[in-house]
Amino acid sequence: MAAPATATRIVGPFNRVEGDLEVRLEVEDGRVRGAFVNSPLYRGFESMLVGRAPGDALVIVPRICGICSVSQSNAAAAALRALSGLTMPDNGRLAHNLVSACENLADHLSHFYLFFMPDFARPAYADRPWFERVARRFKALHGQATGDMLPARAAFMHLMGLMAGKWPHSLSLQPGGTTRALEQAECLQLIALLRAFRRFLEQHVFGDSLEQVAALASLADLTAWRRNREGDLALFLDVAEDLGLERMGRATDVFLSYGAYEETQGQLFIPGLWQAAQHHVLAPQAIAEDLSHAWLAGDAAPPAQGQTIPQADKPGAYTWCKAPRYHGVVAETGALARQMVTGHPLVRDLVRLHGGSVMARVLARLLELALVLPRMQVWARQLQPRAPWCHHADAPREGTAAGLVEAARGALGHWLTVKQGRIANYQIIAPTTWNFSPRDAQGTPGALEQALAHLPVSADQDPPLLVQHVVRSFDPCMVCTVH
Amino acid sequence: MRELNLLWIQSGGCGGCTLSLLNAEQPSLMERLADAGIRLLWHPSLSEASGQEALDILRACAEGRERLDILCLEGAVMTGPAGSGRFHMLAGTGRPMMAWIAELAMRAAHVLAIGTCAAYGGITSTGVSGSASGATGLQFHGERPGGLLSAAFRAGAGLPVVNVAGCPTHPGWVLDTLLALALERLGEADLDSLRRPRFYADHLVHHGCPRNEYYEFKASAEKTSDLGCLMENLGCKGTQAHADCNTRLWNGSGSCLRGGYACISCTEPRFEEPGHPFAETPKVAGIPIGLPSDMPKAWFVALAALSKSATPRRVRENATSDHLVVAPAVKRTGLK
Repeated sequence: MAAPATATRIVGPFNRVEGDLEVRLEVEDGRVRGAFVNSPLYRGFESMLVGRAPGDALVIVPRICGICSVSQSNAAAAALRALSGLTMPDNGRLAHNLVSACENLADHLSHFYLFFMPDFARPAYADRPWFERVARRFKALHGQATGDMLPARAAFMHLMGLMAGKWPHSLSLQPGGTTRALEQAECLQLIALLRAFRRFLEQHVFGDSLEQVAALASLADLTAWRRNREGDLALFLDVAEDLGLERMGRATDVFLSYGAYEETQGQLFIPGLWQAAQHHVLAPQAIAEDLSHAWLAGDAAPPAQGQTIPQADKPGAYTWCKAPRYHGVVAETGALARQMVTGHPLVRDLVRLHGGSVMARVLARLLELALVLPRMQVWARQLQPRAPWCHHADAPREGTAAGLVEAARGALGHWLTVKQGRIANYQIIAPTTWNFSPRDAQGTPGALEQALAHLPVSADQDPPLLVQHVVRSFDPCMVCTVH
Repeated sequence: MRELNLLWIQSGGCGGCTLSLLNAEQPSLMERLADAGIRLLWHPSLSEASGQEALDILRACAEGRERLDILCLEGAVMTGPAGSGRFHMLAGTGRPMMAWIAELAMRAAHVLAIGTCAAYGGITSTGVSGSASGATGLQFHGERPGGLLSAAFRAGAGLPVVNVAGCPTHPGWVLDTLLALALERLGEADLDSLRRPRFYADHLVHHGCPRNEYYEFKASAEKTSDLGCLMENLGCKGTQAHADCNTRLWNGSGSCLRGGYACISCTEPRFEEPGHPFAETPKVAGIPIGLPSDMPKAWFVALAALSKSATPRRVRENATSDHLVVAPAVKRTGLK
């Protein structure tokens, strides 16, 4: 028997991901045998923070990432809040929810319209029955959907102008609430702009009311719903069915979420770990970062004790990204994980039938648009002008604390140690650090690396389109990954 | 108006200037690019071309086979560790990004540094890690001329690197710079000494500040979230920082000051290393060190003392609250 034909392919630079990314594929007999994910940019934010006043983190960390800027602020504010034992007044809590939700939903929208869908408008798909419709709507730079989406997104982001000064890189989110008190007139503007964004979603994305979409409870419901349905979600579902995207890009089906959006009673999306078809209570002490394949010196450690020391010539390493593990297990995070953990019936049904997939990840994001915007409308009406917006306390000069939040792309954690009133250590695990981690010391590949394995790759297709779809289905943020 | 080929690349930054660009409105981004005759050869967030397709475009520009009218770099140049550029190797090429940037800059008619990282090094060049990472600006390192490119560098059409500084930069600053280039209305005299376009850098953040009444009376905020002026205690540099944030506005009606927090002077070199906590004003004998631009110190101190003594109760009480507690009185006799 002849030896199988093996070839190595380097795929990159990836665009339409946030930041730079390279993937090395070992291809055997037309299928991916091994994938190696390289995050090729290192900036060193964790080291920048050491020696600074703790409050400086609120200026520095948003600038890790231009697309998850507010989420980074949120995580730092949460860590500082835990450090000083503060609580937020209702207005402060609602402002955090609204500003975070605005970023998260805008990111979901940008991902779908600008980053993910344009790949289906490539000439390689010209023979598919849906191609003309997709190309007209989603062709990069020229598709009519960009013209619909960008103004709607920019108008929605007026929420940031009202509540956060600007986006990205706001300083409004503080440990004890917000620096931006809204007056009655501004609350009314907020209510009005949320209605306008709802109209865009219902008209262009869903072709139905948000409540109808949010209530879909199974794949059977979804299949019935999309029949003769107008809108961009239904168009995506046509593409997904034709290409079998529900069977592409399965990772480990272990899903991690830190929980999102504080309501008066608990969180809108609950935290936890979904493993072996079961919800488990979140145990942050189970998290550790393995450095075996990263260009970083040192041993595996829990993040509170973690270090980040570049070692560019380290043997066997192939990325700047650490490998976070949960009890030693590879976990996936993001909208799909959030909805699995919190138990949305449609998402659970999709994963029960086919496992995590390109289709499930994209659908979970769009579903969150339908789930979260109605809550934003409720939160906006709960704001009380001329009541307190921010609590204050002196931060202790010594201590450790963590801030665990959800960004659009999933679980984001900051671990902070303060000594003599200065930051002594600061460690960050971003969502894409989980999803795009390299192998660990046991040789277990990260989530994307597993999702790419066994994917068919034709030798003459460049770039390999299935690889593009699987990579982008995670909505990677590479600048967060290594930071 | 002739068509201008634009290539946009990213290195040691957060991508936030691109995300800010997407906030462009009236008209929106694609329309404004089209109106300025800009043809996007490639943009990392917007273009279809990926992998080899994208590299083909970069190579064509670098080798002079494709006309490169405008090169935009977003993010700092990563020269570390030890000058190797290993901290950012362009994916798919095994080659340091700094080498690509230098090669492309030599071919471009205009080179734009998009954001403070690309202009001066910015946040990426912060502190111990920054000096180790070797992050630097395109033609400045902090306020010192000469970054990746020498102080003498001039792009093909004769201008030095244009620094569209800001963290992030405002979409209008980028799009107005592109329009000015398209209309041939951007010469060296239209740039300030830090090479920022003067159409936005000849303003101070203080201009149009919504807290102006508190500033006039030196009614100062004492904690973050107070409504008063942020200059005396909370680190605001709006009276010194060059930008039109409070007249141009962000995301509709916003700005840092409108968001209730201090200007950290993000359009300026070395803003990332203020030498004090960002949210504290450094003082000597109770007087802020960083006084308003162009103002003699003695005058400032005298005026501040006078205006503090004349502060109305409304302004004084609101200044230290996180929401309005005293509304302006309604006059019963009609306004004169």
